[in-house]
Amino acid sequence: MSFSFLKFRKIPLAWLLLTRQPLRLAVAIAGISFAGILMFMQLGFRDGLFDTSVTIHKLLDADLVLISPRSKSSISMSGFPKRRLIQTLAVENVEKTTPVNLNYLLWRNPENLKTRSILVLGFNPSDSLLLDEGFSKKAYKLRNPSRVLFDKLSRPEFGPIEEWFLSEKKVETEVAGKRVIVEGLVELGPSFGADGNLITSRETFLRLFPANSRGSIEIGLVKLKKGSDPELITRILNNSLPNDVKVLTKKQFIEFEKNYWKNSTAIGFIFSLGALMGFVVGCVVVYQILYSDVTDHLPEYATLLAMGYRLKSLFFVVAREGFLLALFGYLPAYFSGQILYSVIRSSTKLPIIMDADKTILIFVLVLVMCMGSAAVAMRKLVDADPAEIF
Amino acid sequence: MVKANKSKNNVINLKTVSINNLSHFYGKNENKKQVLNDVNLNIDKGELVLLKGPSGCGKTTLLTLIGALRTCQSGDLTVLNNQLNGASRKTRQILRRSIGMIFQGHNLLRCLTAEQNVQMGADLIKGLTYLQRREIARNWLSAVGLEEHHKKLPNDLSGGQKQRVAIARALSAKPKLLLADEPTSALDSVTGREIVTLLRKLAKEQNCSVLMVTHDPRISDMADRILNMEDGKIYGAHSELI
Repeated sequence: MSFSFLKFRKIPLAWLLLTRQPLRLAVAIAGISFAGILMFMQLGFRDGLFDTSVTIHKLLDADLVLISPRSKSSISMSGFPKRRLIQTLAVENVEKTTPVNLNYLLWRNPENLKTRSILVLGFNPSDSLLLDEGFSKKAYKLRNPSRVLFDKLSRPEFGPIEEWFLSEKKVETEVAGKRVIVEGLVELGPSFGADGNLITSRETFLRLFPANSRGSIEIGLVKLKKGSDPELITRILNNSLPNDVKVLTKKQFIEFEKNYWKNSTAIGFIFSLGALMGFVVGCVVVYQILYSDVTDHLPEYATLLAMGYRLKSLFFVVAREGFLLALFGYLPAYFSGQILYSVIRSSTKLPIIMDADKTILIFVLVLVMCMGSAAVAMRKLVDADPAEIF
Repeated sequence: MVKANKSKNNVINLKTVSINNLSHFYGKNENKKQVLNDVNLNIDKGELVLLKGPSGCGKTTLLTLIGALRTCQSGDLTVLNNQLNGASRKTRQILRRSIGMIFQGHNLLRCLTAEQNVQMGADLIKGLTYLQRREIARNWLSAVGLEEHHKKLPNDLSGGQKQRVAIARALSAKPKLLLADEPTSALDSVTGREIVTLLRKLAKEQNCSVLMVTHDPRISDMADRILNMEDGKIYGAHSELI
């Protein structure tokens, strides 16, 4: 093993060429890192948007979800008759249902009295809404009128609700101009659509938003018996129910929301374009560095060709330079990305995380960026004429 | 691999270099200029030949053609039993591994130490371990009197020291033919003679032929043959030039 290692070991020419000018290497690493950080940030924001847009969707205790076909996303939900949800109980394997009202209402910050839009969910407290096991105990408190559960992960602009609540101070404020009392805290998380969330009973919801018809709901949650096939029952329900309602599996409901942000808004495109810009900037930086490196060392490459080295061997030297630059540029980008993600998480409460997919994707992008630039810079090597060095 | 070239009567050519009616041109159409004019030359194994002549007479062009660095245009050029007229790029590249070249401008790799520069030559020898190749590099550096400078970068060496590293690099690849362009021009007379003595010793011991372009009269007495070149023609050996 050690013998073959020694046999194939060569002088690390690519490394020595790169490190001969430390300042230029530092500039190259800084450029690649900057491009990497830009890509981490843009893709982080994009994925954060898509993830936060379905924060509540994921927490809903349902196998199937009924919505109006006119609904576009959680920020633009239309109502449908509540009786459609009741009709689903006639289908075999449907265990229980939960009608949910959803709308954006104005919340008044009890500290500075400023108002801000908040997402309000209304449901029957005796029904199941969230997967959280301790939620039913909190939901019990909503049986009293004008009681709400506040999402403690909401942005701080809604006021020091958690702090006041935990200090056993009575938290009382207005929603849509009507008085409400915070009876508990839940953990949902803000999204690009909603900075904060509030859960209340349907009775309170209809009192806060009287324009909403009592017989109309925005979301219908359906829980199936264990062992049921959600896909099959979704097909059965879509065939049997009128066209004023659409039945989705929970997974489809999550995709429905994500697709809105991906396809119906420019947000996904903008962040992807931002990542692309980072990629292009990185390509330009690496190309400039490698091209000037090859140009500077052209007589030396020509000497190697004159000695009998193959042009392909020299291509590999430049390729190795590209690989080393990718490696050294990526590592600072990764660690900077971790720090920036942490800062963004604490300041915006958005779930921007450094997951394996993103880590690998951006490494591959940085690698493609460096190797692609190296491939273009290699064209200059063809100009190395060994006959010219005599 | 390099195939042995056989002459018409099927006898392997034992000469290191065999040139018949070699001509070479630069430019095209009305700008076409002939730099080599029906050159004929043979160099035997182990022979040390000096090539003299004024600037622009075609010495360097001849050197680059023999060194398989240029494509041969007209005439026969056989180097180490390889016919170079019509030879492929790959054939020329493989052949160059058997030819050591010492350039006037030494052309050392600036990012490598003296030892690493020499080892770049030894790395072309197949079947050796890294340590063996490094050992060869150290031995050649020692042979040119630079063993104490093996860790120095080219920028930290004098002009003469750089030239000696370049010579060591050319010799470390175990060449069968050595082409040198003014190798002693940057050296003092004592070192210059030492280097040529070394080259002559190598030529004799390893049957390595040496073709050296030089204007240095201090080493003329060490050559087996001196050729004079003028206007693209070689006028043969002239003992009176020594």
